[in-house]
Amino acid sequence: MFHRESGYFKTSYKADMALYPLPIGKVAATGFVLLFLVVAPMVLDEYYLSIINIAAIAVVGALGLNILLGYTGQISIGHAAFMSVGAYTAANFAVHFDMPFWITLPAGGLMAAAIGTLVGLPSLRVKGLYLAIATLAAQFIIEWVLNHTPVISGGIQASIEMPRPVFFGTVLNTQSELYFFILPVTILAIIATLNLVRSRIGRAFVAIRDQDIAAEIIGINVYRYKLLAFAISSFYAGVTGVLYTYYFGIANYEAFQLPISIDYLAMCIIGGLGSVLGSIFGAVFITLLPIVIRVFMETVGVFFVDGVYLAQVIAQMRLILFGGLIIFFLVVEPDGLNKLWQNIRNYFRVWPFSY
Amino acid sequence: MSDTAGSGGSVKLKIRGAAKNFGGVRAVANVTADIQEGEVFAIIGPNGAGKTTMLNMISGFYHPDEGNILFEDHDISNVGPSKIAALGIARTFQNIALFRGMTVLENMMLGRHVLMKTGVLASFVYWGPAQREEVRHRERVEEIIDFLNLTDLRKAPAGALAYGLQKRVELGRALAAEPRLLLLDEPMAGMNQEEKEDMVRYVLDVNQEWGTTIALIEHDMGVVMDISDHVMVMDMGEKISQGTPDEVRADPKVIEAYLGSTDHKEVA
Ligand SMILES: Nc1ncnc2c1ncn2[C@@H]1O[C@H](COP(=O)(O)OP(=O)(O)OP(=O)(O)O)[C@@H](O)[C@H]1O
Ligand SMILES: [Mg+2]
Repeated sequence: MFHRESGYFKTSYKADMALYPLPIGKVAATGFVLLFLVVAPMVLDEYYLSIINIAAIAVVGALGLNILLGYTGQISIGHAAFMSVGAYTAANFAVHFDMPFWITLPAGGLMAAAIGTLVGLPSLRVKGLYLAIATLAAQFIIEWVLNHTPVISGGIQASIEMPRPVFFGTVLNTQSELYFFILPVTILAIIATLNLVRSRIGRAFVAIRDQDIAAEIIGINVYRYKLLAFAISSFYAGVTGVLYTYYFGIANYEAFQLPISIDYLAMCIIGGLGSVLGSIFGAVFITLLPIVIRVFMETVGVFFVDGVYLAQVIAQMRLILFGGLIIFFLVVEPDGLNKLWQNIRNYFRVWPFSY
Repeated sequence: MSDTAGSGGSVKLKIRGAAKNFGGVRAVANVTADIQEGEVFAIIGPNGAGKTTMLNMISGFYHPDEGNILFEDHDISNVGPSKIAALGIARTFQNIALFRGMTVLENMMLGRHVLMKTGVLASFVYWGPAQREEVRHRERVEEIIDFLNLTDLRKAPAGALAYGLQKRVELGRALAAEPRLLLLDEPMAGMNQEEKEDMVRYVLDVNQEWGTTIALIEHDMGVVMDISDHVMVMDMGEKISQGTPDEVRADPKVIEAYLGSTDHKEVA
């Protein structure tokens, strides 16, 4: 009965606090890691691996935003801008100083964390809508600064060409090669987040979200921890920006504009606020959505829509579905895809009995 | 060390001419009092007397407009609440302020926030120092859960518990910080007789077995007279009387304050 709580007794607090209190969790997690690290690259071609790559990058960003939004209860509409900070930092380090990825990744993250903390400063005084506006302003200010500062963003069209990452002398060129660069970073980000949210600091974040007055009274310096959440969250965003830059081979602010910030908010909301698994669900879902729509329209839609309008319809459909889904999840299932998954899991936990 | 003649122990908390106004409302006016190390100190008075405001000033929630407050001879008048918690003062609220979505266990682990040290990097890694710290503090929290008879509820969401149990969990969260001064704002309000008796027992046990100094606000005179070493009576922001329960009970000013107020609290 290894998928069920009964018949399996936790004999120490350590076991009770484990990431996967039930054996099935450990087995499933190990299975997934093997599936992605071993099986997927063997059986999938470049196209599918490129989709996994882009989804895996999004997972890192969604985890980061969820730490801020879902766990700490502070909003940021400037996350795409933090990604661009990471992207340009890494591109400059790689181009001008010939730095390898294991330097550019943390460097991009740290620079974004510094900027993100700065943007979080108003969180002492303002909450909710006002913080949203403040971070939205940051999004535009950062965009504008990057676009108008050639020293940072390169000359033509504010873009810097990014050299391919090099791993022990091997240049990672193809999607399958990039796959082994991106996926480990994503797995690391997932584990780090799981650890963060089950430790002292993660609990303090949730305390601030639930009851900031009580949090302060039990000794959590609310302002400091809000800034810490901004720092950690934008560190993830910075790393995400670096990964995008390696993936696309170019750092360009146009890849990090307001709609991308909204995409990431949608990932957290649709996936599930305050949930690591939800961040993963949301990132994968939002990444796949346009692809699925396109494939669907190109195969089925051609029978209904004149070929000339197809591209337009696809773009519109994405927006409509996107907005509709956000509203659906906000109203009907605020806990997101993660909640749906939990319902399925709980059903099987007591299977074959109905309760 | 102590400047109060005749008292054996040292003074845990000194309140010196503390005052607090809200706009035109004189919530606390020129209150001076000492809370002795290891005692149960009760603050009583009619509604709106300024009791909660007094507690809020001690826990750093408000800063006194005048006068000052010294904890273990350390001026905390202008120290913020999170810093005061770290110094060793914990409290509960008149209106329960639990983290409702979190389990009883998580609430209590949060109570130990000030005693834990794990930083960001160690949290990310978890295995090693962070985990050892978690286990160590979890053991202590389990003792408190045991002490408060909450064993079966440790994984229950705090917000789903009955009122009396929530009060108990809030006490647990405050105790988890192992405070040297514990402030309780009406810990027994709204409880039935049995729950009150339980709560009285917990408060006395904490005071006697752990040696924790306790300051509490309570309306139930029977309880106050039974468990306190000293009582301070407030009315309209001012301290009108102070002494042992017997002294206070016999003070004509106290009787007048209670009978004069619109709602008659039972004076024993
Ligand atoms: N934040 C505040 N802003 C304005 N007025 C306040 C504030 N807090 C308290 N007061 C006022 O100060 C006075 C004292 O309030 P306080 O809550 O300290 O009374 P209390 O003795 O705790 O009463 P109760 O027994 O009803 O809890 C009241 O007149 C109250 O309205
Ligand atoms: Mg009160």
